[in-house]
Amino acid sequence: MFPHARRTRLLAVAAIASTVALTAACSGGGESAEANEDGTPSGDLLVLTWRTDLLEDGTFDEYAERFNEEYPDVDVEFEGLTDYEGEVRTRMNTDDYGDVLGVVGTVTPDQFPDFFEPLGDVEELETEYRFLRDKTFDGQAYGIPVVGNTQGIVYNKTVWEDAGITEPPTTPEDFVDALKAIKENDPEVVPLYTNYKDGWPLTQWEGHRGEITANPDYVNEMAQSDAPWTEGTDHYVIDSLLWDVVNQGLTEEDPTTTNWEESKSLLANGRIGSMVLGSWAIQQMQAAAEDAGTGADTIGYLPFPHQVDGTFYAAVGGDYNLAINKNSENKVAARAWIDWFNTESGYAEANGGLSPLKEGPTPDTLKDFEALGVEYLELTPAPAGKESLFADIDAESEVGTNTPDYRQRIVDAARGASGETKDQIFDDLNSEWAAGRAAVEG
Amino acid sequence: MSNVVRAEAAGTRIEAGQLPATARKPRGGWGWRGTPYVFLAVPLVLLVVFTYLPVVNMFWYSLTSWDGLDKTKEFVGLDNYVAVFTRPELFRVFYVSLYYFAASFVQMALALYFATILSFSTRFRNLFKGILFFPYLINGVAIALIFVFFFKPDGTLDSILALFGAENLQQQWLGNPDINNISLASTSVWRYMGLNFVLFLGAIQSIPGQLYEAAELDGASRFQQFRYIIAPSIKPIIGLSFILAISGSLAVFEIPFIMTGGANGTATFVIQTVDMAFESLKVGLGSAMAVILLVIVLVVTWVQRKVVPEEKVNLT
Repeated sequence: MFPHARRTRLLAVAAIASTVALTAACSGGGESAEANEDGTPSGDLLVLTWRTDLLEDGTFDEYAERFNEEYPDVDVEFEGLTDYEGEVRTRMNTDDYGDVLGVVGTVTPDQFPDFFEPLGDVEELETEYRFLRDKTFDGQAYGIPVVGNTQGIVYNKTVWEDAGITEPPTTPEDFVDALKAIKENDPEVVPLYTNYKDGWPLTQWEGHRGEITANPDYVNEMAQSDAPWTEGTDHYVIDSLLWDVVNQGLTEEDPTTTNWEESKSLLANGRIGSMVLGSWAIQQMQAAAEDAGTGADTIGYLPFPHQVDGTFYAAVGGDYNLAINKNSENKVAARAWIDWFNTESGYAEANGGLSPLKEGPTPDTLKDFEALGVEYLELTPAPAGKESLFADIDAESEVGTNTPDYRQRIVDAARGASGETKDQIFDDLNSEWAAGRAAVEG
Repeated sequence: MSNVVRAEAAGTRIEAGQLPATARKPRGGWGWRGTPYVFLAVPLVLLVVFTYLPVVNMFWYSLTSWDGLDKTKEFVGLDNYVAVFTRPELFRVFYVSLYYFAASFVQMALALYFATILSFSTRFRNLFKGILFFPYLINGVAIALIFVFFFKPDGTLDSILALFGAENLQQQWLGNPDINNISLASTSVWRYMGLNFVLFLGAIQSIPGQLYEAAELDGASRFQQFRYIIAPSIKPIIGLSFILAISGSLAVFEIPFIMTGGANGTATFVIQTVDMAFESLKVGLGSAMAVILLVIVLVVTWVQRKVVPEEKVNLT
């Protein structure tokens, strides 16, 4: 029964309209000052962060206090997001994604100008900062990394020494032999833990691209190739190593039930021999070793087992890059926060990473690399006009080099669960990649 | 009071029905008449804002090549739908749904069994009711954690098997692609059986007690009571559960997504849709897949209603 009287209907409509208006009102409003008259930053600042752990233990509040000593008129607030990538990407469809935020990895360079405030000419910023190129578009930098990472393999020194391995493996074959020795020495130890179930740790293998051929242009050249999984390419070597270690039973028995948090203490206690992870993980593993009573010294860091002319290469790049929301009403304070955070906060040192500053110190966590004479390799950014080419092919082909899916597929096939052979997978990846290229360039 | 007002009041008394005639004070004739609609407006607005608008948006996204972020959404017509139907690998995952579909029969049978037993005066019946319904109340993430631990090598299940000397049955419950879907479907049964159980129990308890008494006087056994009294009277609920089982098994998401992330051959259509939209960043294609799933569920439900028409239950 629909209301007969016109007034009734009007009333219903009015009620609906007012409800909608009320709902809308909640999200609007809020004023903000750009800066004081003398130009010093002031007002409210919302900083989005992926480090929920540092938010909980009060580290960020300390940062805010110290920041306020320099800029007393800025009121800094933080918002931590556990699924940072997913949630922030969704929020970026609105105007409300904080004033300062880390650039989400899946934003392609050609989208930067739509969402972030340019921070300055990249050449100029590079006199002070490094690892900027990844988040630049058209000569403008859109984000400054909070810390730089390199790539390698965390390992338990005691486990490796007990198995009689004292020299870092220099070839994938050496590495497999070393893992075999560990397994023979103590069958209870998992020589290499893939962390398959959580997925994202498998994407860490991708970080080694470029190292194998020591070619800073590797990624750009891959965007021009129809068969990146051919013998000799970086992806072929990296993925073959993953295949071999799983195929030879040197990884955990049932990869589908791994557990990231647990893996830290397992490594610390010597139940796991090694894990392929970025340098950001070293500190977490050392902390786990301290907790386990085995001491931070138990944890070592190895470069990828491959050398070019007798030298190890390790890729370096920025971790999350801080950027300013284009719709921010307080860009002056936001910029002050970014500069302060990178130069004064001590975040990079505290996290055992490479400083984003050109003149920054080498952290203690990487002294293993220093002793081995590892050369750092920074990938060259894509040439102008092709900034998004790689990301576009990657998405269009659905290969997803930075998604867990394709390496989970390799692990499953290598342990004989899916019946696919290595060549089948690589052929498949090649044809998908070629099709993706054709679709993007077509 | 004029005749007009009285006539209107009389007319609405029949319409509204629930108010005693004396309680009504016709103020201008519209105030109380519109009241239900004012109350209705709130849930309706919520429904429109959080269900129908997103669905309409999804239809629109499915016609674009949007990546979930771009400021412009390029219209591509039906390209996404063509893409879905020309890629058989996207439909292959529906066979995973068969595991859950089969499991839903186990689930309904168990639920019906427990509901029947506990509708008679069993000792500690309220305790058992609580125990059976409890899994449904647990958060899905917690369930996934519990069961990953349960299924992992040397985990709870393997330990129990070892306890009974059945070590030869131990295996990779989640790692073996031949049985991992069965493990996951069993978890799903464990979780959702309580809901079916409560639905059945509610229906059974609405059967008048005299029927049982009369049946007992006539010498009917418990099984006969079930066969001739309980089963026919809860037929509509069984029918409803059946529809929910079909659409549910087509749209399985939570348990495999949290427990295995859809890896190792456990991906369902919804997991694949989510991956397409948020990992491959093809929101347009993902939306098209979601629309297709919606259509499939609607068609299946419609066919089921046509094949098994709703019957009026009449026990007397």
